[in-house]
Amino acid sequence: MIEVERLRKLYGSVEALRDVSFAVEPGTVYALLGPNGAGKTTTVKILTTLSRPDGGSARVAGIDVMRAPRRVRQRIGVVAQQAGTDTEATGRENLMLQGRLCGVGGAALRERVGELLDAFGLADAADRAARTYSGGMRRRLEIAMGILHRPTILFLDEPTAGLDPEARRLVWREVERLRGEGLTILLTTHYLDEAERLATTVGIVDRGSLVAEGHPEALKAEIGSDVITVELMDGDAQHALRALTGYDAEIAGEGRVRARVPDAGRAVPAVVATLAEADCAPLSVTVTRPSLDDVFVKHAGRAFDGGAG
Amino acid sequence: MGVSVRAGLAHVWFLGVRRFPALIRQPLWIPLSLAQPLAYLLLYSAVFREIANIPGFEGDSYATYLAPGIVIIASLFSGGWAGMNMVYDLDSGVVDRFLVTPVTRTAVIGGRLVEESILAAIKGIGLAGVGVAIGATLHGGLLGLTILVLCAVVLCAAFAALSIAVALTVRRADSVVAMTQLLLLPLTFASTTFMQRDLMPGWAQTVSRLNPVDWAVVAGRGVVAQDQDWGSVLAHSGYLLAFFAVSIALAAQAFRVYRRSV
Repeated sequence: MIEVERLRKLYGSVEALRDVSFAVEPGTVYALLGPNGAGKTTTVKILTTLSRPDGGSARVAGIDVMRAPRRVRQRIGVVAQQAGTDTEATGRENLMLQGRLCGVGGAALRERVGELLDAFGLADAADRAARTYSGGMRRRLEIAMGILHRPTILFLDEPTAGLDPEARRLVWREVERLRGEGLTILLTTHYLDEAERLATTVGIVDRGSLVAEGHPEALKAEIGSDVITVELMDGDAQHALRALTGYDAEIAGEGRVRARVPDAGRAVPAVVATLAEADCAPLSVTVTRPSLDDVFVKHAGRAFDGGAG
Repeated sequence: MGVSVRAGLAHVWFLGVRRFPALIRQPLWIPLSLAQPLAYLLLYSAVFREIANIPGFEGDSYATYLAPGIVIIASLFSGGWAGMNMVYDLDSGVVDRFLVTPVTRTAVIGGRLVEESILAAIKGIGLAGVGVAIGATLHGGLLGLTILVLCAVVLCAAFAALSIAVALTVRRADSVVAMTQLLLLPLTFASTTFMQRDLMPGWAQTVSRLNPVDWAVVAGRGVVAQDQDWGSVLAHSGYLLAFFAVSIALAAQAFRVYRRSV
């Protein structure tokens, strides 16, 4: 549904994208995950016909974005991070204008707008200025605007940036609903949990390059080991470490040891039994599975810092 | 008319009137935005009333002389600040939101110009009404008033286009403010809005002849004057339209450059 090949983009002498290639299958959610400035928004700008690449090619819904941008625009819905909602206009007015610009009009438009306001929980606020909306309501309005003309592909650039947890969950639910309806979605995010929850495929971008790609579980499995951390009742970590011969174990601070194992679910009983036999009774056991954070560290060679903004 | 041309015109219209429902919900906006030209009209017509008695001054009263000029100046003020709205639309993502829809590219700028033009027409009619109320005589009937307001609209759109071109190029509100403030007052006073040309010093006469604002003032005032000089009206309307065409071309070029730079 989206095919990106060796995409390059320069801003002055800065290489915003260096030979980025990936493909998005129909009906799936692809998440471009990476810190700010990694090239996620640049990629979206090219795929949505706002920017022209300096090299490579991109096809959206089978259409070349450089050769036929007009046709691409008819097939896509876009919710940018700075979405450009008219905050003085009401939700309904924003939707009506969006529809008209996309060539929907008349009774069909009015009906569609009513349907979307209901579906996105905005019916009660429909005739209030968007300025009075909460962050979450605004985002839902923007997503409704993005899908009004029934695009085949939806682009969501940082859909939950700056939202509170409750609003994020509501936006996630909308995205999951749209995914359920068969929409192909490309989203960018710097939230690991968001990529993990929503995406069929995650593409990790760093400094203009796609450094890893795959299903979130597969990416994590590549990292391999789960980590079992045991807090000891008597606090003698040295003793416990000696008992754990045969495990890839180490001391994990005051009175704690940790062991790397392929599958923590199966290994925990054995580890606990081994320690109990050696008279190092565990006080608590914590299991940590690899996160996309670890995946990022592995491929980008440094900690993920998507934090601010 | 082809389908795409018709769709394009529809897009210009949709984008031109998109902010009107919100403006109508806060109706105080129109009188507030008229405060400055209204103050000019009311204050200057009173303070400078005696100008009408200067030997060589033509016409029956200063209010009659001033009113059409103020209609034009108000349109300069409203068009001249259009770049501020453009900077806001660039910053808030409005422009990019429109550009990723199938909307006709030129409608993004054209809509803005239509919006400014409609507002300038409404303000122009209102100010002409106030002018009449304080004793100005507008000759030329409905046709005269219409052409006066058209001159105001064309001038407004021309300066709106220039202001938008600046906004698209610098993309910063403070630069647009500085630029606009630098230009508006000299453009206003280096014109025959307040003073008849042959009563000005020689250098000011020369400067005013080159001032696009003055072209609109001369053309607009000419059609509501007692003795219309159609030759002068036509000539100055022509200059005004040429200026309008150049401004539009600059805005279009600035928009192309903006789109390439995204």
